[in-house]
Amino acid sequence: MDMLYNVLIDPFVMMGSAPDLLIQTLWEGLVAGVLYALIALGFVLIFKASGVFNFAQGIMVVFAALTLVGLHEMGVPALLALILTIGVMFILAVTVERVVLRPLVNQPDIILFMATFGLTYFLIGFGELIFGGNPKQMIAQELYLPQGSTDLDLFGGLVRFQHIDIAAAVIASLIIAVLAVFFSKTRIGRALRAVADSHKAALSVGISLGQIWVIVWFAAGIVALVAGIMWGARSDVSFALQIVALKALPVLILGGFTSIPGAIVGGLIIGVSEKLGEFYWGGLVGGGIETWLAYIIALLFLLYRPQGLFGERIIERI
Amino acid sequence: MRPFENPVIPQRETLLAVENVSLAFGGVKALTDVSFDIRKGEIRAIIGPNGAGKTSMLNCINGFYHPTHGSITFKGEKRRRMRPSAAARGGIARTFQNVALFKGMSTLDNIMTGRSLKMHKGFFWQMLRYGPALKEEAGHRRVVEDIIDFLEIQHIRRTPVGKLPYGLQKRVELGRALAMEPELLLLDEPMAGMNLEEKEDMSRFILDVNQHFGTTIALIEHDMGVVMDLSDRVVVLEYGRKIADGTPQEVKRDEKVVAAYLGVAH
Amino acid sequence: MFYREAGQFKTTYAADMAIFPLREDRIGLAVIIVCAYALVFTGNSFLLQAVMIPFLVFSLAAIGLNLLTGYTGLLSLGTGAFMGVGAYACYKLTTAFPGLNIIICILASGLFSAAIGVLFGLPSLRIKGFYLAVATLAAQFFLQWCFIRVPWLVNYNVSGAIEAPLRTLFGVPIVGATATPETRYLVVLTLVIGLTWVASNIVHGRIGRAWMAVRDMDIAAELIGIRLLRTKLLAFAVSSYYCGVAGALLVFLWYGGAEYDVFNINQSFFILFMVIIGGLGSLIGSFMGAALIFILPIILGMVMPAILSPFGIGITAATVEHLRFMIVGALIIFFLIVEPHGLARLWQIGKQKLRVWPFPY
Repeated sequence: MDMLYNVLIDPFVMMGSAPDLLIQTLWEGLVAGVLYALIALGFVLIFKASGVFNFAQGIMVVFAALTLVGLHEMGVPALLALILTIGVMFILAVTVERVVLRPLVNQPDIILFMATFGLTYFLIGFGELIFGGNPKQMIAQELYLPQGSTDLDLFGGLVRFQHIDIAAAVIASLIIAVLAVFFSKTRIGRALRAVADSHKAALSVGISLGQIWVIVWFAAGIVALVAGIMWGARSDVSFALQIVALKALPVLILGGFTSIPGAIVGGLIIGVSEKLGEFYWGGLVGGGIETWLAYIIALLFLLYRPQGLFGERIIERI
Repeated sequence: MRPFENPVIPQRETLLAVENVSLAFGGVKALTDVSFDIRKGEIRAIIGPNGAGKTSMLNCINGFYHPTHGSITFKGEKRRRMRPSAAARGGIARTFQNVALFKGMSTLDNIMTGRSLKMHKGFFWQMLRYGPALKEEAGHRRVVEDIIDFLEIQHIRRTPVGKLPYGLQKRVELGRALAMEPELLLLDEPMAGMNLEEKEDMSRFILDVNQHFGTTIALIEHDMGVVMDLSDRVVVLEYGRKIADGTPQEVKRDEKVVAAYLGVAH
Repeated sequence: MFYREAGQFKTTYAADMAIFPLREDRIGLAVIIVCAYALVFTGNSFLLQAVMIPFLVFSLAAIGLNLLTGYTGLLSLGTGAFMGVGAYACYKLTTAFPGLNIIICILASGLFSAAIGVLFGLPSLRIKGFYLAVATLAAQFFLQWCFIRVPWLVNYNVSGAIEAPLRTLFGVPIVGATATPETRYLVVLTLVIGLTWVASNIVHGRIGRAWMAVRDMDIAAELIGIRLLRTKLLAFAVSSYYCGVAGALLVFLWYGGAEYDVFNINQSFFILFMVIIGGLGSLIGSFMGAALIFILPIILGMVMPAILSPFGIGITAATVEHLRFMIVGALIIFFLIVEPHGLARLWQIGKQKLRVWPFPY
């Protein structure tokens, strides 16, 4: 009985009695959600255009951030380091296309999926070999990202909004808007959608698969870089981030693998429910439930709706 | 292969009756109010233009789709919903339009899989693969070898089916269905994409199965010559509705059927 | 030529269905097993403790995952956690019933892991492919959290670690600090051989065919009367059983003690890599994959400094670890490109070459 009260009633009483805390938690959840969405967006880009479930997306986030910080540590000015990092992401995209995707064209999806596992491990080893395994500080100040925070007086309590979080939300929205325009309005965007529907049909009308793949992997690389900078500014840059990046997977499940709005909504849902769950219910079972809550939510959701929030109902044919 | 009992059934009782079956996916109607029956021991053809709902009909019969309206009576048992595995246990086997073999497995294993339902030795014996389990396995292997002989595919016994040419894959698939010793065999375009010689072979197998083992067969086929020669009775679907039903000769003369296939003069 | 099947006739189906129908295969297998046991007499405890025992443990885990992923086509990223369940269950069993034979404890601990595996396998009826992989991640993170947060699992031990107590078999210590590498190796080897034999029996019979049918074309499998949920859950159960036993062996006969972190997601990935590189759907491939992924870094660790030191490049353990990641990653991509069916297929091709030698066909 006590337990039921603690689970079902007490958290809501707490929410009602201290709305400022609730808003603070919601805000933190939303910010985390935006970052999850950004990582998930990278997955969606690649999945849409090549049908590859890119497990390495999470590591690309870390790798991009690490390259940026690492270059800066070697004495490269911040903005130049940023440009160089973009260059590195482009080289990565080209290399992946040449070395991994091209030889594996027409293989079953699961093989490509596993190949991205290989890529993940390669990038972990490579990144650590060059930049070392120690956590690093993100060069937020040098990149002119806002510092500090604003405290707003809401519902009789102070709610703290970190400026970097606000910046993250704004930049993420911008990126999403740019990508949406890019997909729907440009020639390459149309080609991308064609490739997503059918590789063979796209090839037959003269779309170069290799070129498209380089473009999406590069775009995913840039999205990863942005996510890496934002995340790095909130904590440290280290390979521990990859566990966080894996949270993009439940986000994808909620949103569906091919839907950009799905990635965003899914990211926000996961971010918010994770923070709320941890803050209001986590204490009941000893805390730390953030590590698995997202996955369990995704799992339960899948049982109810296997095709995700925005996916179409699957009719099996034979 | 030993023939099943009573290969000839004189009075031809009804084995399966489809009554007023409709099937819809959202707003799309795949089948509308279709009724027909399949009698014991006959070869029943289902024909119709592309998209007429033929495959959907087979899917309903073996429980893969559930009709939105209507019922299906099989061996006197009436039902609306049934799981595919229950249909298989009831004695319905089928082959598929696009070969649905287990690509990573050999011909032998594919056909042996068709015997799954008849194997009963539990997990414990399977773990040991000794005594009763091995004996059971050998017994079923004998049946499977008979089927392999019947279909003349001895030479590809150990080849992974993914590597076989299309015509042979179709034959292996028929073998897998036969291994289930079905009472009703559903064949979805058994001769699609075959050359004349392969078609002749396949027709002979179908007739042999029907006459030797008394297996009732329902088949979908586009080759009208084959349909007219093989089948006892034909049901014609168009846009999910039944437009004709009868012997090949009756159906051939039916105006609606002619219109459906050749178009109507305006 | 070297590998002759001509003249070996089978007169019964039972003989034809034997798992090793060829005499050469049977002799080869016997030689390998004898050699494996003979390793004990080398007295090289580094070889036994640091190479052979972990190799066998990982092979067993790889077999477990292969039954699920390679044979049934269900991708799992939770292997590490299922191994953990086995290890913790074994710890609880052997501390709760100190008189119970440790071998029985180890074999029984797999049952707990199987039960948990079935629980997390339940969604597999509705969820397929990548989606299922994510679902198994739920198992990985949730179970790992349990290992940290449920003190009951470690008997309220302050350190949060489980430690192998002293246990004997026929009066000889086989688990605990005083057990020699030789005895532990013998126990591991015997268990692994036994369990591999059972796995081989299962995959060659009705159950194995049902698993492969589900993997290759689940709809067709259902239409010939295979019950999907039951088949998939059985795969989860057997797979998790093997992983659980491997986890128990890992802690009790190799490490001697462990914390939750041993069973983290990287462990899951490494087992998956062993399966991929060894060959999906091949038991012998599981051994080969485990050998490559586990033994290669050991060789690297020994060889790299020797190669690089003449050039004045010092190499640290950390660098070797990084190189190991890179090489494993590159190997996976390499194998997927060159031979998606892994080492097992290369082995088959090699056998075929030997069979027809000296002719190319």
